[in-house]
Amino acid sequence: MSDRIDITLTVNGEPVGAEVEPRQNLVDFLREALQLTGSHVGCEHGVCGACTVRVDGVIVRGCLLLAVQCEGCSVETIEGISDAGEIADLQAAFCARNALQCGFCTPGMLLTAQELLLKSNGGAPSRDEIRAHLSGNYCRCTGYQAIVDAVEDVALTRKGAAR
Amino acid sequence: MKPAPFAYAKARSLDHAIALLDGAPEARILAGGQSLMPALNMRLSTPSLLVDINRVSELSQIAQRNGQLELGALARHAEVELSLLVARLAPLLAMALPHIAHPAIRNRGTVGGSIALADPAAELPACLLALGGEIEIASRAGRRTVAADAFFKGLFETALSPGEIITAIRIPVAQPHDRFGFAELARRHGDYALVGLAAASRAEPRAIRLAYFGVGTTPVRARAAETALARGDINAAVAAVARDLEPSGDVHASAAAKRHLASVLLRRVAAQVIPL
Repeated sequence: MSDRIDITLTVNGEPVGAEVEPRQNLVDFLREALQLTGSHVGCEHGVCGACTVRVDGVIVRGCLLLAVQCEGCSVETIEGISDAGEIADLQAAFCARNALQCGFCTPGMLLTAQELLLKSNGGAPSRDEIRAHLSGNYCRCTGYQAIVDAVEDVALTRKGAAR
Repeated sequence: MKPAPFAYAKARSLDHAIALLDGAPEARILAGGQSLMPALNMRLSTPSLLVDINRVSELSQIAQRNGQLELGALARHAEVELSLLVARLAPLLAMALPHIAHPAIRNRGTVGGSIALADPAAELPACLLALGGEIEIASRAGRRTVAADAFFKGLFETALSPGEIITAIRIPVAQPHDRFGFAELARRHGDYALVGLAAASRAEPRAIRLAYFGVGTTPVRARAAETALARGDINAAVAAVARDLEPSGDVHASAAAKRHLASVLLRRVAAQVIPL
């Protein structure tokens, strides 16, 4: 009964149809079937956050969701969200603040930070709130300080722009 | 690692889920998957069939019913965390939810999944115990309700039998003079607790329930400490908690350290539930 299953979903706004093994994780499906390799595979048990993607508008662990569960879902990856220009300011701030070195965690960091900023609804989250929201994303290069700096910069800039 | 192969079935309704589980003892229920998927990825669990209940919308309710707050088994942590109804009727849950894992995991993880897994270091089982809640269970044989006090049996072991599925948890709603306390110590915000404590002080009838997590094979009530704290004697409660708990050491902390941290948390939580 572990036969392959047909799924249809939307990935970065485009309809996708595929036949998947039930055991294939969403992030492996994105990387291997669709060559969307911006979402990274780190720990494969939900600890590191490198595989973070957006499904139906909320961030999830791509390693803790099966591709077959995404039937009918809207999946957004760093490629789509970056190309759409949605996080151009965050990306610029990460560069300006040296908030990445090897870059492995960066796609997950950006999507997680963007969710916090969207939730904050024009208000700026505190540094503590930024740290709490990013607590599920490991970075082994930066020591986090620069990442919090970058997210805080964008939070304050967006807050100013919202007024 | 990657999971071993399994079959996958999507339940269309609760009845359909029960039918899929019936006669399939090797099947596992896939709810939020935030603990099951890691176990599958590491091949600690190798079920023949996953029954996906994520589209069973009748299990997602958050509602007040007959003096109780009812949370459907599929209510996501993030929904419970942001629910104004939960904040008003079960403030302890609102205090505990931000400590459960991380935002991306709270977007998927479910109330029923957390209770069914019964991780001894998890927040929700201890909260349900502190609140004197109950668990509603369905199977081919019908429905039954189990009190939280009788539900957690051992390490990852509950009153659930094969073929049974949690449909909801129910919690007596907070009354005006009830007070609640919550504290936990973890290495990183969102990690499983080294030691945690959920407390409910009910005014009518007067009773305090203290439920520790991370100190045993199940969430544990500290009954002698409850009695002392109900008298308002915090020092006696701290002395009693050393007798109430028998923590084992693990890779994160020794038994002695856990016992010490349990008393530290008791003082913090006592300050929340006892008006000074």
